[in-house]
Amino acid sequence: MKRSILYITIIILAVSCRKDNYDEPSVRLSGRLVYNGDPIEVEYNQVRYELYQYGFGKTGPMASVFAPDGSYNMVLFNGEYKFIIPNGQGPFKWKQTPAGAPDSTTIVVNGNQEFNIEVTPYYMIRNAQLTGSGGSVTGKFSIEKVINDASAKDIENVTLYINKTQFVSGADNIATKSMDGIDITDPDNVNLTVTVPTLNPAQNYVFARIGIKIAGVEDRIFSSVTKISL
Amino acid sequence: MKKTSLIILAAVVMYTTGCKKDSEFLDVQPTAVLTNEQAFSDPAQVLSILADLYNRQLDFSALDNGWESFADFSESFPSANGNVNIVQRNEWNFDSWQSWDYGYVRDLNLFIERAAVAKTLSDADRKRFLAEARFLRANFYFELAKRMGGVPLILEPLLYNFSGDPTYLQHPRAKESEIYDFVISEAEAIKNDLPVNANEKSRATKGAALAMEARAGVYAGSIAKYGVNTPQVSLPGQEVGIPASMADGYYTKALNAAKEIINGTAGAYSLYNKKPDLGENFASLFLDKSGNPESIWVEDFKLKSGKVHNFTVSNQPRYGAEEEEGGRINPSLNLVQSFEKLDNTFAPIPVTDGSGNPIFYNTQTDIFAGRDARLYGTVILPGTAFKGRNVDIWAGYQLGDGSIITGDDRGAQKTLPGQTNPTQVVGFDGPVNSKEFTAQSGFYLRKYLDPTPGAGSRGTNSEVPFIRYRFAEVLLNAAEAAFELGQKGDAATWMNLVRARAGLTTPLAASDITFDRIVHERRVELAFEGHILYDMKRWRLAHVVWDGNKMTVTDLVSNIGSATKRNTQPYALWGYKLYDPSSPNNGKWVYKIVLPSLVTGSNRFRLGNYYSFINDDIRANNPKIVRQPNQ
Repeated sequence: MKRSILYITIIILAVSCRKDNYDEPSVRLSGRLVYNGDPIEVEYNQVRYELYQYGFGKTGPMASVFAPDGSYNMVLFNGEYKFIIPNGQGPFKWKQTPAGAPDSTTIVVNGNQEFNIEVTPYYMIRNAQLTGSGGSVTGKFSIEKVINDASAKDIENVTLYINKTQFVSGADNIATKSMDGIDITDPDNVNLTVTVPTLNPAQNYVFARIGIKIAGVEDRIFSSVTKISL
Repeated sequence: MKKTSLIILAAVVMYTTGCKKDSEFLDVQPTAVLTNEQAFSDPAQVLSILADLYNRQLDFSALDNGWESFADFSESFPSANGNVNIVQRNEWNFDSWQSWDYGYVRDLNLFIERAAVAKTLSDADRKRFLAEARFLRANFYFELAKRMGGVPLILEPLLYNFSGDPTYLQHPRAKESEIYDFVISEAEAIKNDLPVNANEKSRATKGAALAMEARAGVYAGSIAKYGVNTPQVSLPGQEVGIPASMADGYYTKALNAAKEIINGTAGAYSLYNKKPDLGENFASLFLDKSGNPESIWVEDFKLKSGKVHNFTVSNQPRYGAEEEEGGRINPSLNLVQSFEKLDNTFAPIPVTDGSGNPIFYNTQTDIFAGRDARLYGTVILPGTAFKGRNVDIWAGYQLGDGSIITGDDRGAQKTLPGQTNPTQVVGFDGPVNSKEFTAQSGFYLRKYLDPTPGAGSRGTNSEVPFIRYRFAEVLLNAAEAAFELGQKGDAATWMNLVRARAGLTTPLAASDITFDRIVHERRVELAFEGHILYDMKRWRLAHVVWDGNKMTVTDLVSNIGSATKRNTQPYALWGYKLYDPSSPNNGKWVYKIVLPSLVTGSNRFRLGNYYSFINDDIRANNPKIVRQPNQ
């Protein structure tokens, strides 16, 4: 009796198991947000992008978000995809159709591929230098206004953020220092200093980055996250 | 011979009785399913169909759809370990609050179609039933518009013809303004078919239709007027966003509808004023089911009928409760301090005096003295009673040197310095950090809590109704519409009615009525009634108030009463008893403002949250549906 159960099990295992019909997707599409080759950094989990693939019935987006350093990556099948950044996402302009919908960029995926997403930001943070000394963190940077035409926007404020982890933003921080846009006298030389509060549990480093809030644009543009030893 | 005739006889009998046409033979009336004609033959039967449609109305927060629906937006702290994500997340998902229940719309449309042609209904019955169904449909479209903006306006049951081409069933989204126009015009069309009866609460009345119209009017008006502050929150086809030029028209309609209720043509509605103690009176407004003149349309409940709710079980003071649970909604200090002082000024709860020294109070309630009576009616303050029994909310002993002695469990005991026996060092109702079902913010909720014996036990539950429209809100809608139309005198009159009922007897002058006042009055009068999100959305304040930045204590206690005040994290107020036998203040109470340690997130309302996400499958099935902005 026992033996027959064993045989049946072996037979079932031997005849019934086959691999799935399809291999899982394996081709990696990756890249980052750039403006003239310079990386654009954003907030964690805030700036979305979408890929569409047509020809398989109903279409829906394959949506994801850019990493804080502006990079993205997806594992796909080979094929032709259309890439968009939805309206109102990101501290930059993405091309639009005359009707106002986000225009798409076609990406043909055939093997692992790097594809940088070229966008036009309203501002760029240049020469950001983040240094720590005496229990405080200082950020020095200059601001370059990229879009100067009719769609130009003002700076609402600039903020220096610090946090205990590498996720540094308005939502994730232990201390911030802000300056309103109208108080910026020299965009080529902006200074912000924030005092590091008592860390519990103690650690001898913090992460810092600078963000610019642009009037009328929800997402901020950020400098790179810098680890600072205290 | 005999045999032959017998055979013939048998053949005749079989032929005449045995043979039916196939179509007749198979056409058997089911005994368990009513045909449309049968179902709509009897008024009682129609009412039971309608009852199901009433039951399926959508509320933002309902007493029977979970206490969590009341707990968000930093107005309270969720004192239940399974729900602390409410104060730990940093933002709302784009699909929060979404609804797309076209199954319900179809059933309403079918009801209207069938009731209209039912042969045996009397005209009076038919008129009322049709008006009720149209009211439910309009109110549901209003609920959809609050969440989604413009949606496809489907007013008849759609039927697929199985041709393989469903495109004729694909309807685009209407403009946001068209949905509000529809709600307002339906209310006007049906109001005279509905009974004028202020005692009819659970079925639609003329008062309910007008209250819906007034609210829809101020919603549409404010979206039009304040939408200019968020130009990004709009779509080129106006599925989202209403042109500013339409604001005055909507406010006028709202004002006229509200005036019809206020001047009594829709029934004898008035503010609830049965009890001499104004705080008790405000609490009773939500409990009293016998001749309550204030409620206009409610979702009603009835004991032993199956339609009961466990809101009291979930939120009753835990100590001495009928079940070992409760205390889940803890109103935040943010809300508590926003109740005005009786001289119409705003002030933080006075924890310290001008020079920063703690103030010692003789009793626990002294710190809340001289405030709006709605504070007592909405919140169970430490030192006050529920069901005739004082709640036991205090955080510990403070010693002369400022150090704290407290416990980590309800009613924990420790030995105080200089004593030999352990004594209780923290209240049985908390607050204890991370201890669920205790008053972790220092407060419990009082609104809707049913003091009836048994209401706090799981086997019995409560039959307190959920008020969807009430007279005070109509007054506030009228005041808001009048204010926006420049009629500040009228606005002041109506607001003063509501405020006088709360003990704020010094009337506001016309010049005192500001936008901030309007915003404030709705927040305190209508707290925990499912308004805060939609109010903040329509005024385009949501992304300002919930901006995702953490709050400091300085933020908390400044600018109280300002409409744009940040409100991202729920703060707590913990009371300590001074233990310092040598001090004259020994045994007095001192309070501290704390951020509960579980609060790690801060609410961020993104521009994409203004209108909830329309699912990809909906848009894939119907490519005419445009997506929401900023998502």
